[in-house]
This record gives sequence, structure tokens and C-alpha cells, in this order.
Amino acid sequence: MKKHTLHISTSPHLKQSLSVEVIMRNVVFALLPTAIFSVYAFGWNAALVLITAVVSCVLTEHVLCRLTNKRSTLSDWSAVITGLLLGLTLPPIFPLWMTFLGGVFAIGMGKFLFGGLGYNVFNPALVGRAVLQAAFPVAITTWYAGFSVDRFAGLHPAVLGAPFMKPIVDGTSGATPLSAWKFDGVTTDTADLALGLVSGSAGETSSILILIGGLYLVFRNFMNWRIPVSILTTVFIFSGILYWIDPVEYPSPLFMLFSGGLMLGAVFMATDMVASPLTCWGVILYGVIIGALVVIIRIWGGLPEGVMYAILLANALSPHIDRLIRYRVYGTSLKAS
Amino acid sequence: MKLAKHTFKNGIHPPENKEETNGLPIRQFSFSPLIILPLAQHIGAPSKIIVREGQEVVRGQILAESDGYLSVPLHAPASGMIRKISNVPTISGKMTTGIYLEPFPSSTQEILEGNPIDLETASPEEILLGIQQAGIVGLGGAAFPTHAKLKIPEGKHCDTLIINGIECEPYLTTDHRVMLEQPNDIFLGIKYLMKATGAKRTIIGIEANKQDAADFLRSQLPKHEPISIEVVPVKYPQGAEKMLITALLGEEVPSGGLPIDVHAVVVNVATTAEIGRLLPHGRGIQERVITITGPGVKKKGNYLIPIGTPLRYVLEQVGVDESISEVYMGGPMMGVAVANLDISIVKGTSGIVVFNEKQLHRAAQVYPCIKCGACVDACPLSLNPSKLGILAKFESYEKMAEEYHLMDCFECGSCSYVCPSNIPLVQYFRLSKSIIRKRKVA
Repeated sequence: MKKHTLHISTSPHLKQSLSVEVIMRNVVFALLPTAIFSVYAFGWNAALVLITAVVSCVLTEHVLCRLTNKRSTLSDWSAVITGLLLGLTLPPIFPLWMTFLGGVFAIGMGKFLFGGLGYNVFNPALVGRAVLQAAFPVAITTWYAGFSVDRFAGLHPAVLGAPFMKPIVDGTSGATPLSAWKFDGVTTDTADLALGLVSGSAGETSSILILIGGLYLVFRNFMNWRIPVSILTTVFIFSGILYWIDPVEYPSPLFMLFSGGLMLGAVFMATDMVASPLTCWGVILYGVIIGALVVIIRIWGGLPEGVMYAILLANALSPHIDRLIRYRVYGTSLKAS
Repeated sequence: MKLAKHTFKNGIHPPENKEETNGLPIRQFSFSPLIILPLAQHIGAPSKIIVREGQEVVRGQILAESDGYLSVPLHAPASGMIRKISNVPTISGKMTTGIYLEPFPSSTQEILEGNPIDLETASPEEILLGIQQAGIVGLGGAAFPTHAKLKIPEGKHCDTLIINGIECEPYLTTDHRVMLEQPNDIFLGIKYLMKATGAKRTIIGIEANKQDAADFLRSQLPKHEPISIEVVPVKYPQGAEKMLITALLGEEVPSGGLPIDVHAVVVNVATTAEIGRLLPHGRGIQERVITITGPGVKKKGNYLIPIGTPLRYVLEQVGVDESISEVYMGGPMMGVAVANLDISIVKGTSGIVVFNEKQLHRAAQVYPCIKCGACVDACPLSLNPSKLGILAKFESYEKMAEEYHLMDCFECGSCSYVCPSNIPLVQYFRLSKSIIRKRKVA
């Protein structure tokens, strides 16, 4: 018999052919309908914001890997997700230089500072957005009505605003449904909300497309469905109780479900595997916390929208949830862990 | 704690790949020109050699006797001459003491008779001694001396004897064939085992992918015996003792405990058949059924191969591709990769799986843990492999053992199998366990 070169390895020798890269790439696919609809609704402005956010995240990741002499981690696609998510949380006419800065903070502060993929405590895209919200409170609440006739004719002047110049604000055209409710007491039709025919961040418009993307990920088993389900159920029940107590003072639960960033947050942000708990009940508790915080911030807080802070707070809690809620190990009693 | 019967929590479904060999009857293998017998073929003390170089031996003759309680003798697989007593290569890479036996040309298949153990008259102790004298160890792969496993500790009792016909390892079909071809040996073995353990009833556990074996055994079931056959859904690692007990009895073996703590004893079905086949004649193990399969093998099948046959000879006989790159002894989930084809078949070898360069999905890149929780959902013991993997990196071995029950892990590989980051979790755990054990001794 001829001489053979034998490879040795430790068991198990079989491996499911599923990698981090495949999961991440599919999350990008699942986000595409939402991104495309956002371009359709808001025109070139939104396209530029999304592209800038992605480029900024990818570039930051690449440069930081270079600077720290690490192998480039671009191939795992996670920077692309962060970029897309960041872009989708921003107003469609957000100045590009600010968008770029947001990407740098999302990857640099939200991810790299903690040790890169797998070590981030918070969802990086939301860290980027939180920084932007703190730094540019006016620009981040300057909305743009969707489906305006000239949306593919040119760019909104604010988008190309030069860094650190006084931002060009030509009157907020089209308040978001949440701010309209909060500050003017006007509620929006639920069907319009679900279909995305309203004003808002680039990606927080069409709940249906977001749900389709989420369903795809759940179907491929790349997402823990318990997270969005427990968040949305909590929001629905909590705001439903309030609505039942006083339908004039409080918005309807359907309005709460379909308005603002809740869908995008519940489906694509809170489900960040790294920053969410591991166990079944842990994940449900995490979802309930987010859902309750969303309602509390929206109704009693100073801001019209609370999804971002709700998720960031729950992210911080998730290691503790994992310590608190564990599966009972086979052959042990619950107490003896 | 009682759980729902007929399955256990979590587990995985790797591709089974059993259809290529599960229809092939067991065939007798020829004697190799040289038989190489390591003395340490079982867990416990290696056997003690009682023959000398140049001595002629008869097939079935004892070559080495058991050295203490946790040890079994070694029988000559063929009539021939002891060429050398020296170091022999083993799968671990270590050389250990062993016997080189050169079978006579056209060596006979006749086997020396020993002291028969009569089922009717023998006491439980005599049966246990008979099992030990027959050199029987767990043929499922663990190679733990069976008589020691059957010894019911003082103050405990055995209600249920479980015969393990699960064979959850992908590719392997030896137990499947044994169940189809040796029903009488199995039922006789069960009678010996029930007498030895005092069990009141016997359950034969079979996975649903071997429904034909279950149906056949049921049709052959001796009348008026408390033996039942239960078919359970296919899931890895159901063949693990603890998982099988949970699936069949709905009970959990306590952490750090043994099956006897829930009044059960689990014996592999091939081991049972071997007991039924050997004890009435007082013979010892000379050969065992092995599935030889995998994409790199030409004549796949289930073969009855003499213990000590060199792996190289086995592969020459069945024919392998030019480009073989991986050979596993045992199944692909828990088996050991072979580095040297000069090692030989031992009592614990249940399969030989051969892969080509192209056919194996090898982990390309290891990513950091993304806490996806796939391992947590796969672990049959509900351990937290994700957390354990991180703790192993930080070398927090005490925490792994005390807080996260690392020592319960039996290395089934489900976590590594599902990990999308390709983290070699089982390897971390193996290493951590051995460090913890060493620290305990020190």
C-alpha cells in the first residue's frame, strides 16, 4: 500500500457546515428589503446615508485591525451589518460627515474597544447612534417626509453639509408619528405605519418588510424568535393596559407596535447574539425588560422614542441575566448550581 | 426528577450515513500474517503476560491473564507462534507492551473450549467471573471491563437491565447487524446478565432508524421473559448511558453518579451478544464486529475481524482510495483519529471510518464566540459550553468544575459540531479536565 499522509484532529470529526460568516451574511440579506424600501421612500438621500454608514464601519474595522496588527476581520460581515443598522436608524437626510463619524464610533467604541466581534457588551450600531444623538441632537431629529416627488431629483442640502458648520435646517418637513403623538397629540393610521408610508428614520418605516426579513432569519434558524416576540408582546400588553385605562391620554397598542424604531430594534438590534442572553427564559426576560422600557420612555420620558436606550440598557443587563437564569444541569437539583 | 420519556433534552442530528453498510451481513475476515496485541485494551490494569517468545499457542488460549479486579485476560485470536513480546504502537501514539503473534498458515477457525458457565446452575458471582475470564469489555467503544460494571455495589440494587442498541454514532452499523444476525446470543446474554445483576426486567433500547432490527428482535422474543423492546427517536448522543436511561426510564442519573443510582445497569448489545456466545463454552473474545466505511473505502461492510489485526492489513483487504487523508477508529463523533496505520484492532474498536481529502468539511477559520447559544441548545447535559469555553481560555479551571459542572461532560462533541465559530470546545474541555484531575492528585 502506498504511503498516506494522515491528518489527525480531535473529535468530533464531523462539523455542521454553518459558520459565523454565513449567519452574518444572511442577516445582511434579511436587511436588504428594508434598506431598498428606505431608498425608494426617501430617495438618493437615504441611499447616500446608508452607503456612508456601511463604508465608514468597514473602513474603521479595517484600519483598526491594521493598527493593532490583527488579521482583518472584514470577511465575517459583521461590520457591514453594523453599518447598515446604523444607517437605518438615522434620519434619511442626516449629514454624511456625521454619519461617517457615527460609523467610526460604532465600530471603534462599540466593538473594538471591547475586544472586537463576540466581546461587545452593547449593540455597536446603537452605540454609534447614541453618540450621534448626544452630539447632534438637532440633526438627528430633523426628519424628511417620505415619498416626496423630488426625492430622486437631487440631494437635500443638509446631507452634504460641511463638517462643523451650522447645519442647514429648512424646517422639519414631516414629523415622525411618535413625535406627532408626543408633542401634538396626533396619532397616525396604523395601516400607513405598517406599510411604511410615514416619516421617520431611514429604516424604521415599513414594519412589514422588517418582519419579512426577521421571519427569513427565524426560518433559517439564525435568529432567536423569542426576543422580538417577547419585546413586541410586552409592548402590546403594557400599552394595551394603559390604553384600556385611558384611551385619550395613551396611544393605542397597535400604534405603539408599528411606530418608530420598535420593529427594527426588536427584530434586528435586540437580537444581536453577542449582547443578548443565552437561555430561553433569559432571553424572554431580556425581551420583557426592553418592551417595558420602550413603553415607559415613550410615554413618560422626555424623548418621543426609547427603543435605542431600552436595548442598550438591556444589553448591559444580559450578562447578569445569564448569571441569574441558567439551565438546570442534567443530574443536579436546581439549587446545587 | 421524572422527565418525559422516549427522549432526552437537546442533542443534535448529524447526517447518519448508515445506509451504505446497514444492509450488509457480517463477514468473516481472514487472519493477517502478523497479529499485534497490546495488553492495555481496556480501562484498568493491563493484562499480565503468561506466554513466552517462541511459544506455540492455540486459538482461544489465554495469552495474558487479568492483573487485579479491574482487568481482563487476553486470548489468542489465532493459533500460531509468539514471535516477540515487546513494545507495540497504539492509537494514542504511545508504545505499550504487547504480543506479536504469527498465525500458522491456514490457521484453523476452531476455538479452544474453556470452563463453560451454565446459566441454570451458576451463581451471580460465577457469571461475573466467567464474563471477566472471557475477556469481555464494553464493545460500544469505552472498553470498560464489563464484569466490574455489572457488580452491584453494597446496599444498592438493580431493577432494570438496559441493553444499548442505540448506535447513535453516524456511519456505524455493527450493533444493527448484530441485532439482526445474533438474536439468540443476545437473548441468552440477557439471561446471564439478569441473573448476574438481579434485574427484574430488561429493556432493549433501539433508535428508530433500526426499526427492522427492533421488529426482528420482537419476533424472536423468548416467551415469558420480562424483556421489552423500545424504539426511541433518532438523536445523538442517545447511546450515552445517561441519555439512554433518561429516554427509557424518564429518570436522570445524578451528577457524578452511576446508572445504579437509579437502579439501572446499561450494557451494549454487542457485548451482550458476546456474553451469550462465549459463556456457554467458556471461551474468550478473539474477534469482534467492526463497520468499515466512509467515502475512502472501496469494499464497505461489517466484518468480523480478529483482535490484533493491524489496521494497515484491514485497509489493504477492503481497499482504500489513493487520496485518503483521515482514518478514525470508532465513530466520527467520538472516535480517535489514527496517526499510524501500524496500530491494530482492539476490543473497543467499533468502526473504522475513512475519509478522502475533499470529502471532509474542515473548519477553515476559528472565530470568537458570538454567544449564539447553539452549543447551549445542543448539550445533552444542559451545560453551558459557551461559558465553559471562555473560562477555559482564562484558565479558570476550578470555576469550570465547581460552578459549571465541567466534570459531568462526557465529550460527545455536540457543542463543537454546532459551533458556527468553529471553536474546538471539546478539545478545550478535555484539556481542562485533565488539568483539573492532575491538580487534584497533586
